[in-house]
Amino acid sequence: MGASPETRQELNRVTHMDVIGPGVTALSVTVHVSDLVLERRTPLWWWAGFGLSLGLLGLFVVALGWLFIRGVGIWGIDWPVAWGFAIGNYVWWVGMASGGTLISALFFLTRSEWRSATSRIAETMTVFCVACAGVMPVIHLGRWWYFYWLFPYPNTMALWPQFRSPLHWDFVAILVYVAGSMLFWYVGLLPDLATLRDRARRRWQRVLYGLLALGWQGSSRHWRQFKILYGLFAALMAPLVCSIHSIVGLDFAGGLTPGWHETQFPPYFVFGAALSGFAVVLMLVIPLRRALDLTGFITLRHIDVLARLMLTASLLLSYCYLIEVFMPFYRGEEHEITVVMSELGGYYAPWYWAKIILNGVVPQLLWIRPLRLNRPLLFLVALCVVVGMWIERYVIVVGGLHRNYTESSWFVFMPTFWDWATLAGSVGLFLTGFFLALRFIPMVSMFELRELLHKKRAEGGR
Amino acid sequence: MSAHRGTGHTIRGTLAAFDSPDAMLEALRRLRQEGFTGLEVYSPYAVEEVDELLGRKSRALPLIIVAAGVVGAVGGFLLQYWGMVLSYPLNIGGRPLNSWPAFSTTTFELAALAILLVGFFAFCKFCRLPRLYDPIFDAPGFEHASQDRFLIWIAEREGRDDSDLLQRLLPHGEGVKIDEVPA
Repeated sequence: MGASPETRQELNRVTHMDVIGPGVTALSVTVHVSDLVLERRTPLWWWAGFGLSLGLLGLFVVALGWLFIRGVGIWGIDWPVAWGFAIGNYVWWVGMASGGTLISALFFLTRSEWRSATSRIAETMTVFCVACAGVMPVIHLGRWWYFYWLFPYPNTMALWPQFRSPLHWDFVAILVYVAGSMLFWYVGLLPDLATLRDRARRRWQRVLYGLLALGWQGSSRHWRQFKILYGLFAALMAPLVCSIHSIVGLDFAGGLTPGWHETQFPPYFVFGAALSGFAVVLMLVIPLRRALDLTGFITLRHIDVLARLMLTASLLLSYCYLIEVFMPFYRGEEHEITVVMSELGGYYAPWYWAKIILNGVVPQLLWIRPLRLNRPLLFLVALCVVVGMWIERYVIVVGGLHRNYTESSWFVFMPTFWDWATLAGSVGLFLTGFFLALRFIPMVSMFELRELLHKKRAEGGR
Repeated sequence: MSAHRGTGHTIRGTLAAFDSPDAMLEALRRLRQEGFTGLEVYSPYAVEEVDELLGRKSRALPLIIVAAGVVGAVGGFLLQYWGMVLSYPLNIGGRPLNSWPAFSTTTFELAALAILLVGFFAFCKFCRLPRLYDPIFDAPGFEHASQDRFLIWIAEREGRDDSDLLQRLLPHGEGVKIDEVPA
């Protein structure tokens, strides 16, 4: 199976894997995690990764600059395929963002022990994914500088936005999700920022973390309010993340385009979001637990749980893929059958089958336990899923539009260099933000691990 | 230690530090039995039972959040009703102007936004944040409260000398450190 010695040893040693490594104490967590930010010399891989990210971000700036000068004509979109990469990218990014919210909010509500060590990485990922997602619809507008027209603000023409439109629901949903994920992230960071403030030795660090921590004291009054607020935020974020993906699904379901007009789209999009979200979390956690030496806190148990979640989400999504093909034939609607047949065997067939293989077939490897614990392989599976999910969004957006009801509006979408540059550049935006966070923010929730250690000790008497 | 800094307030009392939450809870229990009331606990994570022992409860934040949700939902719906029915009615195929099912998602989202913002600001208000300086920060060893130690602050009682009583209640045993905080 190619399992590393560490894996085999772990497999033999424990049947029920520990959520925290042996020898980890409250102090060792605090010292290790805060020293990563405060004391550790910036490692070479960070500079390399950050440099690459900045390069991609530069490409993004150039692509957007050219877009603002020349307009959306630089992309491959045209009538009738007026939604191209920008919308596909948007759905892709917002879907990946969900992984962080699901782990930090949903599994907080279920009191899952494994959540604590991975929640910070996942939430940080969410914040920067949402930022990338938020850019896409705005630049897609064409006259992007009028985007504030979506707000119901008093204007001289006494016009209102159309509140009945799923596209407007989506605008509101993104706005609330951005605010929610950032506040949830920041509130969860407060106690850890105070720890950094108290451990900092350099003046700029004391000032920076002192300001960011807002004067958090860790008094019983603070913790009392904190627990209430965090619990309520978690209880709100869990339905919010489902709502935003449902509304993204409704963007499509609300249109009459064949292949889009599907009642199953809201849950379909939630499942897809969960799949890509867990995949990105795995892609970040697997290298980071080595690079930041977090193997004591992020154990194989975490890897195993995340892999199982990815498999579950893949099964749910595969069911939706089946229904997607079944329904047009069941309804017998001619144009919808045309779209499905064109997806299965037409111009976009390679993309369609790639999505089936990458999202539906490859994750089935994770039924096998040694493969779940094989980190390099798992990383590759997660990468397949992330790529596959982008392809899925591309097929949904373009597939429906390129075979509309009348043959006169049939069209093949060809992405241009600037389409690809926008996609690659948005990855740069994400990575730049994430690398900066790696350098300045504790990547493990220290106070939650302290509490978890205390609970474990009280339970197991070790 | 200077008596006046930052806020200009001074506080007087004793800060006891403990290595484990259990030892801290035990001491807190004894202090409560002796009738101390000016107590506060500082800990690196939320310790259950502390609120119970200190006799403090907080019902305000959940109520405020529920109220914010209700106001957000009602306000969000009325905003849409005003726009789509009263201010700018559009007759599209004779469909009803008050198409409330189509307003429901935005109503939910705006309620969520109200909860998030009001919740955060109410939390800051109740915690008295941001408050970058507090005299307690000058207490020796206070920085451990955010790392690995559990502190009890015992405010000096007006006109009483409790030093002997505290000596007895908080023996200088293992894991216990007591400091007078003159600041």
